[in-house]
Amino acid sequence: MENLNNNTMTEEIIIAGFGGQGVLSMGKILAYSGIMQDQEVSWMPSYGPEMRGGTANVTVIISDDRISSPYLKVYDTAIILNQQSMDKFEETVKPGGILIYDPNGITHHPTRTDIKIYQIEGNKLANEMGNRKISNMVILGGYLKVKPIMKLDNVIEGLKKSLPERYQHLIPLNKDAITTGMNNVTLFKVSEKAPLS
Amino acid sequence: MEVLDIIKPENQVFCKTKLMTDTALSYCPGCGHGTAHNLTMEVIEEMGIVEDTIGVAPVGCSVLAYDFMNIDMTQAAHGRAPAVATAIARTWPQKYVFTYQGDGDLAAIGTAETIHACNRGENIVIIFVNNGIYGMTGGQMAPTTLEGMKSSTSPYGRVVETMGSPIKMTELVANLPGVYYATRQAVHTHKHVRKAKKAIRKAFENIKLRKGLSFIEIVSNCNSGWKMTPNDANNWMEENMFAYFPLGDIKVNGKLKQ
Amino acid sequence: MSELKLMKGNEALAEAAIRAGADAYFGYPITPQSEVIEYLMAQRPEKRTGMVVLQAESEVAAINMVYGAASTGKRVMTSSSSPGISLKLEGISYLAGAELPAVIVNVVRGGPGLGTIQPSQADYFQSVKGGGHGDYKLYVLAPASVQEMSDFVEDAFDIAFKYRAPVLILSDGLIGQMMEKVNLKDQKPRMKDEELIKRYNHWAVTGKKGRERNIITSLDLQSEKMEARVRRLMKKYKQMEEEDLRFEKINCDDAEYLIVAYGSSARIAQKAVELARDKGIKVGLLRPITLFPYPKQQLFELADQVKGILSVELNAGQMVEDVKLAVQHKVPVEHFGRTGGIIHTPEEILEALEQKIIKNGSIRHHKTRESSIL
Repeated sequence: MENLNNNTMTEEIIIAGFGGQGVLSMGKILAYSGIMQDQEVSWMPSYGPEMRGGTANVTVIISDDRISSPYLKVYDTAIILNQQSMDKFEETVKPGGILIYDPNGITHHPTRTDIKIYQIEGNKLANEMGNRKISNMVILGGYLKVKPIMKLDNVIEGLKKSLPERYQHLIPLNKDAITTGMNNVTLFKVSEKAPLS
Repeated sequence: MEVLDIIKPENQVFCKTKLMTDTALSYCPGCGHGTAHNLTMEVIEEMGIVEDTIGVAPVGCSVLAYDFMNIDMTQAAHGRAPAVATAIARTWPQKYVFTYQGDGDLAAIGTAETIHACNRGENIVIIFVNNGIYGMTGGQMAPTTLEGMKSSTSPYGRVVETMGSPIKMTELVANLPGVYYATRQAVHTHKHVRKAKKAIRKAFENIKLRKGLSFIEIVSNCNSGWKMTPNDANNWMEENMFAYFPLGDIKVNGKLKQ
Repeated sequence: MSELKLMKGNEALAEAAIRAGADAYFGYPITPQSEVIEYLMAQRPEKRTGMVVLQAESEVAAINMVYGAASTGKRVMTSSSSPGISLKLEGISYLAGAELPAVIVNVVRGGPGLGTIQPSQADYFQSVKGGGHGDYKLYVLAPASVQEMSDFVEDAFDIAFKYRAPVLILSDGLIGQMMEKVNLKDQKPRMKDEELIKRYNHWAVTGKKGRERNIITSLDLQSEKMEARVRRLMKKYKQMEEEDLRFEKINCDDAEYLIVAYGSSARIAQKAVELARDKGIKVGLLRPITLFPYPKQQLFELADQVKGILSVELNAGQMVEDVKLAVQHKVPVEHFGRTGGIIHTPEEILEALEQKIIKNGSIRHHKTRESSIL
């Protein structure tokens, strides 16, 4: 789509990890944020038994144009939260695209040199902030830093829309998590020896 | 005195309810369906509720009930009348909704719909005519066919070991809290007709009370299917059917009879 | 005021049913469409509009509840997924035979049998070739987006009441489970009982008042009457073809090759069209929005323009038969599709187009030229 019209933006993202890591909700917040800035969005999850304790992934597309396929083979960005997902999705990043991952639990780090790779210590930073559940927001912050496709205000609005009533009081904490992520994302060089995690 | 001098409204002691059409009944002579139809229609007429009554016809001998009952009716798929009636009663809560079903329809193919409509306590009346056989399709075994009883699919008699026991639906549904009234009646003698009519009237009155489901079983004969004369069929019914399916109330006003 | 939301296809469909003023929904849980009844139950539609929502004891009971409410003129809907729709087919045949308006939704999963819970389009035959017994057809709408999951509910009710016939919304696990931006329509009031009786007094069973009795049945033991009923149905279907055919043409104007795809496959195929055009291959997409009626004439005409047609479906080759019937051997027609719940990627579709059609198409083109030289 980008190739058809250079003035418009389309970002195709895969977010993948374990069920319970907030993969689907991170995607949902991204999608809602897109709506906040008048863009077209799609959110296509893997569903079924694999969600229960196994791997979960969601394809999120944010575009200025009508979105064709909600289901893709290759992505502009892969956000990876566990080793299985790394094994499955590293290869699916388009050349020149972005892979961003939480090194927590990763034993085989990415090796591709034709894409940009970033690390964000989502799990560790969230623990330091006292709430393990916001690790996905830390990672989202890291992503938004390296790919500023939307304004933080719109993300917060998206967050408000996607969080149920009973969690609305957690918005400031989530905002802090996103900021923390933005400040802590680091470029990962494949030539470097992988840091111990 | 001419005949026409006698046929005057002031001399009239009995007349057919207007809620039965003039269409000749398709039932075999001696069959209980006609009487059961008639009683139901009489009750609706006497209660003055025809404008608010919707009936559901089954599949079986009474599939054409709507040809004889002069009321609004829907004909349901085999066994599904309680589901059809459920939806009508739910979307028209002020209406009087009833199903009219036979034993194959209600107690075999439609068992799930029967049990669950009863269990939900749908505010409807179920009239269940049990003659222990599939009449319409030519005398095959029904879930209520008695042990040892012959039918075209149990030509040597029903064998309990391989075909199961005849199912007592009324006792079964009476145990569900949603059922407010469960009774077993017959329509082969004047005495039984009067009792059965009272039971049907009570069931339709219960709709007004919105207490739940009323379930009326009418044990009937099937002289064709049983291959007997009407008289013999009635005698056989009294001796054998009533012994296994005893007449009387089983649950009244939400309370099981001891 | 309409409302902008991010919703799953299944949720958007459920919300649209409430907003369309539906009187009742009867259903039974099955993956991947359980969100429909879950959403409805959570919304308390009995409080919002007075709509009745009931979890039936089975799909069989649910479709017969639909039959019951429909016979009284109420706007009623049910939904399920493939194995559940198989169970409903008896009831659907009765709805068609008794000429009752109702909306049935199939969020298709892979089969046969218990199959898989992943997306599929393997119920095409079941949807457009009858499915249940007897001479009948369903008006079939195939949504390709969450927006259409929402919009098609009211459209389906309109068609159902226009023709007094059951309408099927044929979706799948992909459209049902994905979330997209959706513009929800305003709440429409449910029809008042007095209004309903006035409007449908000539057929609905609402209690015999000031008229002869109404009877809803699909039974006609007299063959002449039954044939007359079947003819009446066929007349309706012809009228549907003349008045209510829906389709979308994408990039067809200059197309040399054509992909035909509906629902989720159409979305993925559209991306394949984009990839093809990036490579300089002129491909167009014909998306049937109604699967019955089917855009036969449009395909027949497009066959004069293109060199070959690929029918892309999430099944082993079903709609391709209708494409071939419409094209009448003018150009090669091939099928491509994945099964078992696997979703084809845009890249796979393009590859199939290149291998099955473009190679084929050029050969044919060649032959034509040779023969013209000769």
